[in-house]
Amino acid sequence: MNAELIIPLLAAAIQSGTPILYATLGEILTEKAGVLNLGVEGMMITGALAAFVTAQVTGHPALAFLMAGLVGAVVGGIHALVCLWFLGNQVVSGLALTIFGLGLADYLGTPLIGQTAPGFDKLALPLVHGIPVLGPIVFQQDILVYTAIIMVPLVWFFLEKCRWGLNLRAVGEHPEAAAAAGINVLRYRWIGILGGGCLAGFGGAYLSLAYTHLWTSNLTGGRGWIAVALVIFAFWRPGRALLGAYLFGGVMAFQLRLQAVGTHLPSSLLLMLPYFLTVLVLVFSSWKSRQTDAPAALGVNFEPND
Amino acid sequence: MLNLTAYKRQEPHPWSSCLVFLAAVLLSLAVSAILLKLQGKPALQGIELLFRGALGSRWSIEDCLIKAIPIFLCSLGVAIAFRLQIWNIGAEGQFALGAIGATWAALTFPDQPAYLLLPLMAVMAFVAGGLWGLVPALLKLRMRANEIIVTLMLNYIAILLLDYLVYGRWKDPGSFGFPMTKTFSATAIVPKITGTEINWGLGLCLICGMVMWVFFRFTRKGFELKVAGENLNATRYAGLPYEKLVCFVMITSGALAGWAGFIEASATINRLQPSIMVGYGYTAIVVAWLARLNPLTIGIASFLLAALRVGIENLQLELQVPAAFGGIMEGMILLTVLAGSYFNEFGFRLRRRS
Repeated sequence: MNAELIIPLLAAAIQSGTPILYATLGEILTEKAGVLNLGVEGMMITGALAAFVTAQVTGHPALAFLMAGLVGAVVGGIHALVCLWFLGNQVVSGLALTIFGLGLADYLGTPLIGQTAPGFDKLALPLVHGIPVLGPIVFQQDILVYTAIIMVPLVWFFLEKCRWGLNLRAVGEHPEAAAAAGINVLRYRWIGILGGGCLAGFGGAYLSLAYTHLWTSNLTGGRGWIAVALVIFAFWRPGRALLGAYLFGGVMAFQLRLQAVGTHLPSSLLLMLPYFLTVLVLVFSSWKSRQTDAPAALGVNFEPND
Repeated sequence: MLNLTAYKRQEPHPWSSCLVFLAAVLLSLAVSAILLKLQGKPALQGIELLFRGALGSRWSIEDCLIKAIPIFLCSLGVAIAFRLQIWNIGAEGQFALGAIGATWAALTFPDQPAYLLLPLMAVMAFVAGGLWGLVPALLKLRMRANEIIVTLMLNYIAILLLDYLVYGRWKDPGSFGFPMTKTFSATAIVPKITGTEINWGLGLCLICGMVMWVFFRFTRKGFELKVAGENLNATRYAGLPYEKLVCFVMITSGALAGWAGFIEASATINRLQPSIMVGYGYTAIVVAWLARLNPLTIGIASFLLAALRVGIENLQLELQVPAAFGGIMEGMILLTVLAGSYFNEFGFRLRRRS
């Protein structure tokens, strides 16, 4: 293959990887606080819808993007309420959230199917966009791609260097010890869940504002679940999340190209690719990872003793 | 000043789980009414249509029972896995594989008599669904891969596999381009109970439910499973065969969902087509958890959630409400029940703040 084919493909890989990147970073934040939230898909799709509707009504894509984050956080807040206050099972609550979110977005979005909304257009960064190869791949994207990339060091800095981030990780590793040291466990878990919901909402917004500009049913198509798997692939590290998300973006973009070119392979088999890859990546990274990579208290509710 | 504090109950409150369920349903209905209002539909009439559509006539109750059959079978399977704390989210995919297995038998041997063909279809559904369930179990045991994600990805793959078959290989040449197989021959169709529209899948449900109850109550393996699910460390100390239990649970789970797919393809739509996938596998998870993994209550909860589906079909017909309404209600009921379970385990007392 020549450069004329590869460069657009890699640029498309970054585009389709971006929503997954947002969601994966969000889930890393949540899981680092010791909470498993399987509702990523639900938070993403409600975020996508919120962004779409806001953009349609106000005409301001930036406002729409922020709205998606807010709605994602609110939907995530349901999970926080159920698991943190009422000590509900985290696995089941997350699943219920996904069922609920998909239903809600489908219900409210049905009248909007096929409509368009103003979104983000490509924005070539000055100076760097002219760099051969790298320029057209990385620096001629829309602004949401850049903010996603900036999020990676931000999340890393928060978790590794910031006092709040250290507290949040302590809560995810050993909540009892953290509580004994005077850290408010539930507060940091709230932060983790709401932050994760916000980022998942951003990921959804990317889909409706930049990736498609138009509303279709089942817009997320399992990307939220792929994000949950990528957290394990990333060993809970933001840098590896970037790698994983773009890898998946690459496979999705490649699969779309193949369909467009029209191979003799049936589309249903091509569509299986990302899901197969998720299983492969998960198996491989679980096999290689050590038990210590996962936050020790992941999925365990914290019962305040009275 | 008085202060409300929670304390852990020694025993679960006797009536609270019923009350919690009722409260959850009421709350979900209230939110649904608001959602209907938001879309400019009459809210109270909507709720009434929901109830009347589900339980208003003999025909609709039969429809509820027909829909409860696949939900019950899937849910029974999910519940066994959950008992061992294996989070099998893959009933949807195992259901698809069961339908595919049964269809293969029905299309390959259409001329066999029913007493040979139906058992063969059941066996094929059992094997296909069971193997589809075994894959995540093996990946979990050998490679430590998280079964939640693997089963979920296998759902997507199974549905696409079904699409692949009905759009290509198995497409009926006489279907005018619609993605569907030929209608099954009469001997490949599970018969109806005389005088009703309900198929004999209901009998299969009764048998499976009973076997499950006996299994957990009276057999050694069932006891091991219960113990292992309640305390994984105890499992290791007591030397219970954890790996075998996981495989057993996932095969059974997959096979039951596979049977649901078999009944659905054979008795309800008489062929294989993409519209067979309506999310019974996900509803089954809601049911299993609402029913606290108990076979008898799974029966009741399956009927109720099937009734919800039938009611919403009526709502769809009369008020053009999208079918997704069902997902909202299922999710809400489950979330509120999860939160409400808190009141089974914890009581409250007023205390004077010092």
